[in-house]
Amino acid sequence: MSQQSVTLTVVIRNKYGLHARPAALFVEMCNRFESEVEVLKDSLTVNGKNILDIMMLGAEEGVELILNINGTDAETAAEHLRNLIDTNFGEN
Amino acid sequence: MQFRDFIVRTAIIDDLESTTKNEAIAEMVDALIKSQTISEDMRQGVMTALLDREKLGSTGIGQGIAIPHAKHPGIKKLVGLFARSREGVNFEAIDGEPAHLFFLLLSNQECAGKHLEALAYVSGNLRDEIFRRFIQKARDAKEIIELMEEADQKSLIKG
Repeated sequence: MSQQSVTLTVVIRNKYGLHARPAALFVEMCNRFESEVEVLKDSLTVNGKNILDIMMLGAEEGVELILNINGTDAETAAEHLRNLIDTNFGEN
Repeated sequence: MQFRDFIVRTAIIDDLESTTKNEAIAEMVDALIKSQTISEDMRQGVMTALLDREKLGSTGIGQGIAIPHAKHPGIKKLVGLFARSREGVNFEAIDGEPAHLFFLLLSNQECAGKHLEALAYVSGNLRDEIFRRFIQKARDAKEIIELMEEADQKSLIKG
């Protein structure tokens, strides 16, 4: 299996930001993949597979995040994560 | 946003008696009533809001931590309650482990931004192994308050 590396820039569009429920969904999605997911917000870099890390970002509506995804399934992971964020985690 | 801005000191529970989710939430809500943070007539509404939120997915986020939360129109400003359980509460957590540390947050429609800030602050501190270990081992509510004060001081230095 070859290593893949994907960098995604995403914008949080949920009215209430990346609060507990969307954070849990994000982390759950990251954990479905072998790839590591690094999440960058301003000067912070955290682990996409850890819910405390994601909630710690306090990412409100309009915030831009950069996702660095590295591993054997990075491309599929990127597609799923983008889809999750683009559909506002099923919220308004 | 720091612990001192939302944690009600007089409502800290250093050892929950309850071992089930519903009872634990009720015990925490009652501590907020007893400390006069919320009024008795809000009990039912707040309980319902918290339990409804749990139905969307447990706020037991794993690693022994739970963050039950809800919005209620009767809440004037964001309030938080800290509770600890030595025995552990079955909170239907994501990782199936019992919850020992609880940060319960109540907000209203207008303070949703503050809620997100509080959640970020709580999470940032819980990520810190030392903070987590110390708050688990604290002797009583007084020591828990001291640990939160220390954490607030540190966050001031960090900016």
